[in-house]
Amino acid sequence: MVVDAKVENVHRVDVGVGRLIVDGTGAAVELPTRGIGSTERRHDGDEKVTGAAIYAAEAPPVGTLHGVLVGAPVARGQVRSIDARPALAQPGVVQVILPEDMPELGDVFVPPFAMSFIPMTDETVRYEGQPLAIVLAETLEQAEHGAALVAVDIATEEPVTFETGEVSTPVSEGNGYAFSALDTDHGDAEAALADAAAVVEADYVAPSRHHNMMEPSATLAEWRNGELHMHDSTQWTYGIRYALSGLLRMDPGAIHVRCPYTGGGFGAKGYVWPHQLLAPIAARIAGRPVKIAIGRDGCYTGTGYQPVVRSRIRLGAGTDGRLTAIVHETENVTSRFDDYVEFGSAGTRSLYACPNVRTSTRIVSADVNTPTAMRAPHEGPGMFALESAIDELSYDIGMDPLELRLANHAESDPHTGKPFSSNRLRDAYAEGARRFGWDARPPGTRARIEGHKLIGSGMAAAIMSTFRFSSSARVCLASDGTLRVEAGTQEIGTGTRTIFPQIAAERLGISAEGIDMRLGSTELPETGGTFGSSSTISVGSAVAHAADDLHQRLATLAGGEVPPRDQWADLLSRNGIAELIGEGGFTLPGEAAFDAHGGAGAHFMATWGAVFVEVEVDEGLGLARLRRCVACYSAGRILNPVTARSQMIGGIIWGVGRALLEESAMDPRYGRYVSKNLSGVHLPINADIPQDIDVAFIDEHDPHASAIGVRGIGELGEVGVAAAIANAVYHATGRRVRDLPIKFEHLIG
Amino acid sequence: MENFRYQSAATLDAALAAAANGATVAAGTSELINWMRLGITAPNGLVDISRIDALRGVRQDGDSLVIGALTTLNEVGLSEAVRDGAPVLAEAALKAASAQLRNRATLGGNVLQRTRCPYFRAEAVTDARMPWPCNKRVAGSGCAARDMPYSRAAIFGWTDACVATQPSDPVVALAALDAVADIDGPDGPRQIAMTDFHLAQEDGGAERETRLSPGELILRYRVPVDAAARGSVYLKVRERESYEYAMVSAAVCLDHADGVIRSARVALGSVAQKPWRLLQAEGALAGTPLDEAAVQAVMNGAMEAARPLPGQDWKPRLAANAAARAVLMAGGMV
Ligand SMILES: Cc1cc2nc3c(=O)[nH]c(=O)nc-3n(C[C@H](O)[C@H](O)[C@H](O)COP(=O)(O)OP(=O)(O)OC[C@H]3O[C@@H](n4cnc5c(N)ncnc54)[C@H](O)[C@@H]3O)c2cc1C
Ligand code: SF4
Repeated sequence: MVVDAKVENVHRVDVGVGRLIVDGTGAAVELPTRGIGSTERRHDGDEKVTGAAIYAAEAPPVGTLHGVLVGAPVARGQVRSIDARPALAQPGVVQVILPEDMPELGDVFVPPFAMSFIPMTDETVRYEGQPLAIVLAETLEQAEHGAALVAVDIATEEPVTFETGEVSTPVSEGNGYAFSALDTDHGDAEAALADAAAVVEADYVAPSRHHNMMEPSATLAEWRNGELHMHDSTQWTYGIRYALSGLLRMDPGAIHVRCPYTGGGFGAKGYVWPHQLLAPIAARIAGRPVKIAIGRDGCYTGTGYQPVVRSRIRLGAGTDGRLTAIVHETENVTSRFDDYVEFGSAGTRSLYACPNVRTSTRIVSADVNTPTAMRAPHEGPGMFALESAIDELSYDIGMDPLELRLANHAESDPHTGKPFSSNRLRDAYAEGARRFGWDARPPGTRARIEGHKLIGSGMAAAIMSTFRFSSSARVCLASDGTLRVEAGTQEIGTGTRTIFPQIAAERLGISAEGIDMRLGSTELPETGGTFGSSSTISVGSAVAHAADDLHQRLATLAGGEVPPRDQWADLLSRNGIAELIGEGGFTLPGEAAFDAHGGAGAHFMATWGAVFVEVEVDEGLGLARLRRCVACYSAGRILNPVTARSQMIGGIIWGVGRALLEESAMDPRYGRYVSKNLSGVHLPINADIPQDIDVAFIDEHDPHASAIGVRGIGELGEVGVAAAIANAVYHATGRRVRDLPIKFEHLIG
Repeated sequence: MENFRYQSAATLDAALAAAANGATVAAGTSELINWMRLGITAPNGLVDISRIDALRGVRQDGDSLVIGALTTLNEVGLSEAVRDGAPVLAEAALKAASAQLRNRATLGGNVLQRTRCPYFRAEAVTDARMPWPCNKRVAGSGCAARDMPYSRAAIFGWTDACVATQPSDPVVALAALDAVADIDGPDGPRQIAMTDFHLAQEDGGAERETRLSPGELILRYRVPVDAAARGSVYLKVRERESYEYAMVSAAVCLDHADGVIRSARVALGSVAQKPWRLLQAEGALAGTPLDEAAVQAVMNGAMEAARPLPGQDWKPRLAANAAARAVLMAGGMV
């Protein structure tokens, strides 16, 4: 057997931590050897790569039934009948749950429930894949086979899709997805455009894409003494509790959610989807635990996706490059039942100093499932448009793209007028340009040729909203002296198990070694979801606060000074204390449960970055490949440079996918995704990604966003990458691609 | 997926007997299991041939290489004899699938893989669940890909009934090498040239994809090694750098001296439901200087017969460019 044919997939990781954190002059900041800021390795890395980690639905209790959903094969129509008899005649099939078996449901809160329409409650088919029945069987194979045999008779109607639907204004009142103003208007953009020396006007499209995380969603519902136990792969344990307590009309405390690991989510597991409601309903009817793993094809309709965003951009500028007008109008697809809003202009509102800015956010309702947040929501698709248009402007007026951005740098938030909590974007531009060697770039297109390849470079700015959730945590000292951090939050692969003990250690002035982390459970202190790049800022702050509280209690117990770490067990036993608990919380201005951009506070909060890429384009073969990338970020304090670097590299690769590969193509005739498996959906793989991805962070401490100086980073890394790549392709070839992903037909010569 | 009977054949005779009785041959199962999961096939019996050692391995037989049907793609790709005598086949094998799959995927099963047309690969365990027409899934239902700008559609040999392509890499190399398959089955042993093994829709309709008959097994391939085979290359063009099927591929066997082509054999992959030999272009290349413009002109001419679907005029251009580039690579010019 050949282990590796040595021709590909060789990717040596040189972390190069030496220059990861730099100050404003580009000098490396020395990293501490322990605690916050040190390069501590992931605590759960070994378990995950060796397969020792047991995911939520992988250890079903004896007697668990496998549930398989029968999905609607068409996107629109009326169910005439469902005949379960052929399925029930199969060996192993225990029960088929039909709409008439559904209990009466309580209120649906959107979010945390992802959609306002609950499947199996009426006869209307609203999207392809919509659950129509649940087949319960002793084995997965039996359940799948039974599901295939359930006969559904549907009066099919022609579906409406993004291409054929009508543009409308989303509802904002009572719409949980409209968390920001739909439209903004400062100054008089139309008048400024009429007077502008240079105008760029173009449409850009970022297509619908799915999360394609490694572990498809899976849930296991178990009733014990009238209480519900959900074992789930989620980004928000408490979200499941709240969504189900409304729908199942239960006391939230009677719903227990456990999530030991989440095999990636990227937003797909943030809110609560139908299978997570149908599993407990099925389990209650069947009187046995029920597991529903939606499988890879289920990921395309069983959870959400980032909706296609069409941006129309108009820029006006003077000959000096100063922007006089920005108009950014977006449209995104959504379901007929939820006005999901993708705020494509979120970044546009705050990135550049410009007196006349107008943005609008519209939707196209279609026969599709409700979209959801996906790394990076809002700014991800939107900044592809804005930062491409800025690049177009730079060529129109003959100004270097970096100079143009610097000329329009905003010193305070143009939209709210608030000061920034902290913004070191200027330093990020400078450091990125220095590391990339931007100075040496020839200004014109088609300037560098190597054999059959054209080489070009491009850049883009990145901006990402800062989201925060009020959260709580505990730090517990046991009588044997061991320490434990506890929070309901989840580990979705970002490194939370590593970071939170580090934070506690720093606050307690000790080493993080041996500090246990307990997370992923509603039995632990409540936190927000792991999305919106919000966990470190929110939960981390609560952990810091809890550690401070424990420190205080230790001091009180010791009657003044906290003794050295190795005496803490003694201190407890001398005082007859079994466990000393520090409690902590992270609260938001105005007691909000959630805020964006600093909410009701005095400062505007976002994260920033500058992305520089070099691409090679082989026009003969219609191929563009990334050669190297430099990205520098202003994102608040960096707690662990190694896990932070992983996040940014992951985000950059995510952006490479957006630029060059990814698209969830839908056949508009059928309202069905053309491919519902990974062999028809191209995601970047190792061989597409150059080793030369150089990530740096500006040394920063944000005193306003959180007590620990951080903002958030997880989504920022994706922003700007697609624009930088499209801009580099233009520089290489003179071909401007405004429809992602960049394809053969765009490049072939 | 329904229950099925499984038997393992210890000898070739046992395998042939089982296959003649209607059992479906299982080699590496990297395709077969996918079909069963998707609902493309539901065999009621499998005969596992993977333990028949006589069908495995590469050996030299005079001027030919003989490659057993059970030889895996990684074994083919790393075989010194193949790398020496027919590098195009080694490269094609190593550019297929992923390292893990290549450890399992056999060269026998590879040429029998079916199209990657996403309409064909729809998850539908019963015909009633097919979300759209596909003549390969439900005969006579129509072709959903025909009127869509499906980028991996054929540009040669297709009909309105089906526009699918054969996606294999090794078949392109085998066709350019003029390889032959040794077959055995209910009607006794025979040989099929790999240029004839597959059928375009214009020859076999939407359903009939190869000349292999029910119950027949591929035993081995015979690859003649000549100067052109020794100087062969495989160029695979795909949006992703690895672990991805070709958008277009080109296999070229080239004999040249003093900057002039003596003889060439060129096959294109993923442009038809069979590897597409460019016989006229091969004739035109003989005597042509190894010069980019001259070679490109020949290949552009070869694309005049292409029939791209609407909106896919770029695809014949890509095919011509890939073929020309591969010739130049084989000639050491790139
Ligand atoms: C994710 C993925 C990516 C892939 N990418 C590529 C790629 O880039 N390029 C490429 O070329 N291929 C690719 N493949 C296809 C792969 O190479 C084939 O699946 C493999 O070669 C089939 O061989 P097998 O032994 O597994 O066949 P099986 O799955 O066992 O059988 C496939 C078919 O061949 C029949 N069969 C097998 N052996 C014989 C025999 N000796 N005689 C008669 N009939 C036989 C079986 O009955 C069945 O009909 C990919 C496959 C997957 C799953
Ligand atoms: S091209 Fe062939 S395989 Fe694809 S949908 Fe049409 S008939 Fe089916």
